[in-house]
Amino acid sequence: MADVTLIVDGKKLTVPAGTLLIEACKSTGIEVPSFCYYPGLSLQGACRMCLVEVEKMPKLQTACTTPVAEGMVVTTESDKIKQARKSMLELLLANHPLDCPVCDAGGECELQDMTFKYGAAESKFMDMKNHRDEQQWSPVVYFDRPRCILCYRCIRVCGEGMDVWALGIQNRGSSAIIAPNKQDHLECEECGMCIDICPVGALTSGAYRYKTRPWEMKHTGTVCTHCADGCKTTLGARRADTGMQIVRGDNRDKSGINGDFLCVKGRYAFDFAHSDCRLKQPLVKRDGKLVPTTWEQAFELIASRFKQVLTTDGPAAIGIIGSNHTSNEENYLLQKFARLALGTNNIDHHRTADFPAFASALAGKAEATASMRDVHNAAAILLIGNNPTEQHPLLAWQIRTNVRLHHSKLYVVNSYPIKLRRQAASFAQIAPGSEGGFAQFIAGSDAAADSIVSPKLSREALAALRDALKQETSLVIIFGSELRGNDVKALVDFGLARSAKFICLGDYSNSRGAADMGLYPDMLPGYGPVASATTFHTDWLDEIPATSGMNLLQMMDAAKEGKLKALYVVGSNPIARYNIDPFALSKSFVIVQDMFLTETAKIADVVLPVANAYEKAGTVTSTCGDVQILKKAGDFAGVRTDFECIVRIAATMGYDVRKLVPFGGEGTRADMGQSRGAQSGEADRHAVWLSEHNLEPKMSPFDPSAMLDEIQRLVPAYDISRLSLLSGQDVHTQLVQITGATGLGHPELVLPANDTLFTSGTLGRFSATLNTVMERYSSPVEPEMVAGYDPAARQGP
Amino acid sequence: MAYLVSHPDEVKVVSRRFGLGAANLDRYLELDGYKAVQKAITMGPDAIITEMKASKLRGRGGAGFPTGMKRSFVPKQSPKPKYVLCNGDESEPGTCKDRLIFEHDPHSVIEGVMIASLAVGAKTGFIYIRGEYRYLVEIMERSVADAYARGFIGKNIFGSGIDLDIFVHSGAGAYEVGEESALMESLEGKRGVPRIRPPFPAVVGLWGGPTVINNAETLASVPHIILNGGEWFANLGTPRNGGTRLFCMSGELERPGVYELPMGYNLKKMIYDVSGGMIKGKSLKGVVPGGSSVQILTPDEIDVGMDFDQVLKAGSMLGSGGVVVIDDQMCIVRFALRVARFYQHESCGWCIPCREGTDWMKKTLVRFHSGGGVAKDIDNLKYLAENMLGRTFCPLGDAAAMPIISYIQKFRKEFEDHLDGKPCPYEKVHEAALV
Amino acid sequence: MKFSDQLEQRFAAMVTHYPTKRSVLVPMLLYIQDELGALNDEAIHEIAERTELSELEVRNVISYYSMLRTHPIGKYNLQVCTNVSCLLRGGEEILEHCQKKLGVGNKQTTADGLFHMEEVECIGACSWAPALMLNYEFHENLTPQKIDELIDGIRKKEHQ
Repeated sequence: MADVTLIVDGKKLTVPAGTLLIEACKSTGIEVPSFCYYPGLSLQGACRMCLVEVEKMPKLQTACTTPVAEGMVVTTESDKIKQARKSMLELLLANHPLDCPVCDAGGECELQDMTFKYGAAESKFMDMKNHRDEQQWSPVVYFDRPRCILCYRCIRVCGEGMDVWALGIQNRGSSAIIAPNKQDHLECEECGMCIDICPVGALTSGAYRYKTRPWEMKHTGTVCTHCADGCKTTLGARRADTGMQIVRGDNRDKSGINGDFLCVKGRYAFDFAHSDCRLKQPLVKRDGKLVPTTWEQAFELIASRFKQVLTTDGPAAIGIIGSNHTSNEENYLLQKFARLALGTNNIDHHRTADFPAFASALAGKAEATASMRDVHNAAAILLIGNNPTEQHPLLAWQIRTNVRLHHSKLYVVNSYPIKLRRQAASFAQIAPGSEGGFAQFIAGSDAAADSIVSPKLSREALAALRDALKQETSLVIIFGSELRGNDVKALVDFGLARSAKFICLGDYSNSRGAADMGLYPDMLPGYGPVASATTFHTDWLDEIPATSGMNLLQMMDAAKEGKLKALYVVGSNPIARYNIDPFALSKSFVIVQDMFLTETAKIADVVLPVANAYEKAGTVTSTCGDVQILKKAGDFAGVRTDFECIVRIAATMGYDVRKLVPFGGEGTRADMGQSRGAQSGEADRHAVWLSEHNLEPKMSPFDPSAMLDEIQRLVPAYDISRLSLLSGQDVHTQLVQITGATGLGHPELVLPANDTLFTSGTLGRFSATLNTVMERYSSPVEPEMVAGYDPAARQGP
Repeated sequence: MAYLVSHPDEVKVVSRRFGLGAANLDRYLELDGYKAVQKAITMGPDAIITEMKASKLRGRGGAGFPTGMKRSFVPKQSPKPKYVLCNGDESEPGTCKDRLIFEHDPHSVIEGVMIASLAVGAKTGFIYIRGEYRYLVEIMERSVADAYARGFIGKNIFGSGIDLDIFVHSGAGAYEVGEESALMESLEGKRGVPRIRPPFPAVVGLWGGPTVINNAETLASVPHIILNGGEWFANLGTPRNGGTRLFCMSGELERPGVYELPMGYNLKKMIYDVSGGMIKGKSLKGVVPGGSSVQILTPDEIDVGMDFDQVLKAGSMLGSGGVVVIDDQMCIVRFALRVARFYQHESCGWCIPCREGTDWMKKTLVRFHSGGGVAKDIDNLKYLAENMLGRTFCPLGDAAAMPIISYIQKFRKEFEDHLDGKPCPYEKVHEAALV
Repeated sequence: MKFSDQLEQRFAAMVTHYPTKRSVLVPMLLYIQDELGALNDEAIHEIAERTELSELEVRNVISYYSMLRTHPIGKYNLQVCTNVSCLLRGGEEILEHCQKKLGVGNKQTTADGLFHMEEVECIGACSWAPALMLNYEFHENLTPQKIDELIDGIRKKEHQ
């Protein structure tokens, strides 16, 4: 669009035609106050705070609904405007309860800030305030009508943003009230977006309300540890008996990929971290029972058993299972520890997507993977399989937002009517289990059509869909774990021929990181085969075993046969996940690192209580390949990081930890320690200070940054900007395979997590909040609810 | 039932067929019915609009926007269907004129909608009538059905090749829906909350299509203008204020009623001559000349010609034609309270100043009128109203603020007489006022 | 809830008048209410389904319009206008008289369920004030005597 030149407060500025005055002002650093205006949501013009003077217009105009016009002369601050805003606040405060001293929003309330700025300090109002009792709408949503200023942000973010439409407005005039969809309660996705977006304390969180004051918390921006989308979450923590307890999660600073989005898990399910079930000290099995021990004794025991097995049975008798939740550094360290210190390739993890097949299919092609940000802007999106609303809430948000704001064309291909079909320009309901066939079909295999057509999808419609997809030139193709092996290859070949970009959907917060870091028996970090010569072979100071190791299921079989003498499980619960008979592991010495006494931990010989992602530093990679930094937000007395545990085990075994972790610089030997207890976390705080000053703290063998150095140096595509990473940005990394080997990947080993919006694997079971909101929520089949509140009708020009 | 009145000074145009049984289609045809629309078909859109402009007809809903000009804003070409919407949501306190039109001359509204549709190229017209007027909804539905039955509306009207549908639509109780964009929302099945403007309805209206929205009286005037010419109509009134107007005379008058008088007719004469003056024993305290939303005029301000421009000059507005005459036995604070209660009840609640301001004004006046007032309440009320003025999302906020300001400005003494715990000097506090 | 034949016919006709289904909502709600006495949960469910709206959205609309209600009231709804024109001619006194006569307060129903009484805003009877609406029927130029006759007449009719 053409540009328009206007003058705001004497400043000449040029902005694209159609820009709203409020945004034009913002672009030149002039903040026009508002309650109801919210970027990306429909226009309201309701709060009248953004009134400005426009030359030649007799009345004050709302900057939020007025598009710029050529030659417009605007004043944003004058006595007249100040008075208008002041009086608006006086009016708002008339019925506002002014219970700021106990209000959750106190201290971070837009009404407070605005009142402070415009000085509506004196109240002229002398009559009874309207009152309504507070209501609890769900375990996590409370509503206080008296505090509500009716900015309609909650209604819009719930409807337009979340496509849930669970909030409405009822009555009129001063009786107008925000209402939940089930008269006295809410049935919704419990995302809490309404609470987060509320400028005052009208909507408050059941998990947080009346717990603390905002200024009493330490706020840390880190990455959510539930699904694989990599939302930034700002965790508010305060002191507690057990350390620093996280009491709130939000993303008001909009610093991450997710903007202001968080789902129920990101917002509330941090509370597993202070679950009563948390392990606080190492346990060893004595007389068939797990009893507390000291860290030293635990490490000694583990080291001695590892050494014993190595001596008597050799490295092949040891197996390692890694995690989808631990950091890249920990994953990398774990496989390095396995391959070098233990000398085995018997390492695997719970695979939730066929990343190896994906990497292989991409064949090193650069710029072929899409970041989560790309989903927000893509002109067209093809989604095959998966149900992002449940399993990838941020992805679903990005898709919805893109469709809503940029009119992206969405193609949904699924065997059942997932909620995102409501945003779809085209929805093809294929026969169950035919996702792979669909990939083959669009890649040219007409024979595949037989398996794809369904009562809801004719052969003609299928063919038309393929024709339409062939015309798309800037497609982002997103596929779930339904697609594996050759089907991924077929899909990627189809897309690459049309400059498409891809996203392969895995589950859990660092499943992609686990895959990239080589938690595979046959692949090194970067998906290179263990047998062929790679930079790892030349760089690492020890020899890498040349033959592929056992995968997870093979390890279990070996254990059953008594051939697996020791099993080291880090942050995983294979017994429950793969439904393995615990007896199968009775002949193995089992070491488990976990937060909880999981099904697998219960049968272990040693259990090490560890920190979770919210209690440590490091990096994680989202399923799209967006790498982000973890910052320590909470602290739990008695636990240690997985990283530290691995290093300590190696050290206790007598392995030179410097070979594992290249820590320390020239002459730097200061061990920052990782002392735990009342003053725990000092090293991390130090690390935070250093990173804030763009210094890299890698002075101890427990320092993940040192490991990151090596990852950046050796793992393909991880040579990313450290500065961007440290400053909290997401940095996209392509999926580059280290060599062009093909035929890798074991589709049969992929086991999707099948989490819903309200579950999160083993972790979710320990979140009290998640369990309370886990009502039987199913996506409502009310497609026209979208039309029920038509934002376009309220949209300005 | 609403009875009809008459006075020699009346110039009957819109009310020409009142009392003549014109709700019957045959009778309407005898009284020149459906001639105008046939003439309009031969004239074509441009000529209709030219005639409308020449008539100097201004919107009878209250704002007084020139009707011809409003129609000329409708784009000739539109990818979306165009609509004509008759605003029969008559709810302005003091106003009861559209009711008579619907009752006595329903076909004139249909004909008005038809001509408006022809002028802008609309294929569908809606007649929105407030829900309380159920008997009028029924009369209109019957009239529309009669017109369909004769082929006056529907396919190929009068052999013109033009298709035109008209539907009657009932409201369900909301003053705010009288605001044209809220009216559209309501017709679309939504809460009657006004829309952001621009775009104006003439460009983006019902379901996104260009829409002409006119008051029922405005539309009922149109056939007469087409038949007799715009100039004829213009000459009935004053410069820039064409034609006649239905004035609804209410209050303690000897002969209250709805009178059709030329625009610019003297207000004082309207009260003392046309309406027979105040009933015995009462004298005039003030006049609200255009429905409850406008400023009060004191007895020495009423020697004014009743057209949009002259009344504005006199410090009030012609508004909806509802002339409410206030007698000396009415307490102005009580009157103000009733007005404030109305706007508090009818505010849609969308924007802060109207929602909170009307609530605040009502609460203050309830307390004030019951003897709980303090001196600064008076200035606070004025401050409040002044700060609502011109800053609300739609004109309802202004409508609530303007009269209150005028009562305080012109009758401050009466407010002061309520101070210091004194009971209302006029009468006991009405209990109903406290709810 | 099943629509009566009359409602069914009306709905079928109306839905063809507009480009969107929900456009029938406001009048249909009123017509349904006229039959049922109030818009109960079943009615809301039914109309929501027919107009492809959420029940919440239907409730949002209902609660906006002052004539629509979700709870039943008395058989005869006495709506007394007290707005300015009526106020000037004794509307509030008429209201008070009705309340006394019926023994109920504003927005209340008599114990026998016969009468419901409420104060309403301007009903467009300004030149014939004071006025009230009895269901959809206008009664104008009221006096306490006329009220008595009206109410007594209904009582007599109903008790026969």
